[in-house]
Amino acid sequence: MQFGIFSVSDITTDPTTGRTPSEAERIKDIVTIAKHAEEVGLDVFALGEHHNEPFFSSSPTTTLAYIAAQTSTLQLSTATTLITTNDPVKIAEDFAMLQHLADGRVDLMLGRGNTGPVYPWFGKDIRAGIPLAIENYSLLHKLWREHVVDWQGKFRTPLQGFTSTPRPLDEIPPFVWHGSIRSPEIAEQAAYYGDGFFANHIFWPASHTQRMVGLYRQRFEHYGHGSADQAIVGLGGQVFMRKNSQDAVKEFRPYFDNAPVYGHGPSLEDFTRETPLTVGSPQQVIDKTLGFREYVGDYQRQLFLLDHAGLPLKTVLEQLDLLGEEVVPVLRKEFASLKPAHVPDAPTHASLLAARDAKEEVPA
Amino acid sequence: MKQRKLVVISAGLSQPSSTRLLADQLSAAAGGAAARLGVHLDVQFIELRDLAHEITDNMLTGFPGTALKQAQEAVTAADALITVTPVFSASYSGLFKSFFDVLDKDALIDKPVLLAATAGTARHSLVLEHALRPLFSYLRAAIIPTSVFAASDDWGANSVEGPLRARIDRAAAELAREVERREAAVVTDPFALTANFEDMLKNL
Repeated sequence: MQFGIFSVSDITTDPTTGRTPSEAERIKDIVTIAKHAEEVGLDVFALGEHHNEPFFSSSPTTTLAYIAAQTSTLQLSTATTLITTNDPVKIAEDFAMLQHLADGRVDLMLGRGNTGPVYPWFGKDIRAGIPLAIENYSLLHKLWREHVVDWQGKFRTPLQGFTSTPRPLDEIPPFVWHGSIRSPEIAEQAAYYGDGFFANHIFWPASHTQRMVGLYRQRFEHYGHGSADQAIVGLGGQVFMRKNSQDAVKEFRPYFDNAPVYGHGPSLEDFTRETPLTVGSPQQVIDKTLGFREYVGDYQRQLFLLDHAGLPLKTVLEQLDLLGEEVVPVLRKEFASLKPAHVPDAPTHASLLAARDAKEEVPA
Repeated sequence: MKQRKLVVISAGLSQPSSTRLLADQLSAAAGGAAARLGVHLDVQFIELRDLAHEITDNMLTGFPGTALKQAQEAVTAADALITVTPVFSASYSGLFKSFFDVLDKDALIDKPVLLAATAGTARHSLVLEHALRPLFSYLRAAIIPTSVFAASDDWGANSVEGPLRARIDRAAAELAREVERREAAVVTDPFALTANFEDMLKNL
């Protein structure tokens, strides 16, 4: 099982000091955070994409390439790449390029984006979000698998004799996760292609995530990619830890109360009860995270959100230390002991390459 | 006897509240009228005051807390609704509106809804027509023709058989008829797929 972190790249005033980091500072900090994720033994770093303030990450592949150059094992991913407003041709090119530079340590998570004003800036309409996601991905899928593409669709100019360059590393497209909070169509899309499904799992109750993952698993089997329990599932999660759980609650509360997304709403206590958010000791994080498996089944990737809501870099790095030293080693062992042998790990470039070579060696 | 579900939504804030009093009378009258048509109404009351925090939280987080979720599910599954709001600043109360703001916009489609309001004076009575009826038209509810307004004068009237009583009975009878002639409400699963992927690809 893969463990990692994901960042939404928000630039938020620290509510305890009133200090707002500059863009330059947050951008350099995210590189430090990603590198530290590798240092403490995490597997994945995923970065969001936004085209509006107060977020900095408009160009994830640039950032990820820079991180790739300074790491050696870290799997680089996104959370999410906008399949609606980006040109699928550019996604195909950018991520193939990143694959080459990062020696294959690349996958990506596609999402629609729910910020209404962003769509028209890219000539799109949020009301066509689902059709855009479906058409754009069908083209992206083709561009990575067919050398010369003739294509015509509804949302972009037709392609005649187009070849997306560079070709995917070893002709193996990056593994794709489809992220969604509440659209069954996206679970269906992930299942149809046999791709991964990533449930946001931050803002919604467990019962909701359970239904979405359940639908994806059932349809994954329907489309013949394997049994339902072999489908590739990832979950988000949100934690804040201190050795002593009361210290964690006390320190995190002002960040929670003023957080851009859910601040000034439910109490920290309500939110921890209703959603997967865990604020407490490393042991509490271990217990709650192991509980996710009870409602989504054996899953392949767990990403935590750590650097948000104005938390200072020092605190985020301390959180990474706790995650790497006390939480993830236990989770790795526990999840591994529970997982049946027929449930696969999340595909990586190395595993996909090995699988293809094994297939080619079998005489016809 | 047919079994049907009636949900009564009351946005009164005080205890006791005249809004709840009107809701109780409408509910009792609807139960009686339905029984005469061979329908047993299973009645559930929702007091929005109890959900006030969760309604605001839902606006901010995008998902309902446990108690609000149960209330939303009850409304969605109901065969009929009675909604009663106090008049605040010449309209329904903000809490009343907020409850419907965070409800799925399709939850009330073709659902019989009896509209009612309370206020200090009869001068506010057209709030039912100017504010409540357009709201429920937008939500595509099957609005009962007779709506019921009660002012302080009505509660202080000399006779319990006054014009308010007659209006309650007429509205309740109309609601009962709508419930009686309809099939039981069917709840659509929000996670259910409506098309398979090949069709989605084809029908972009």
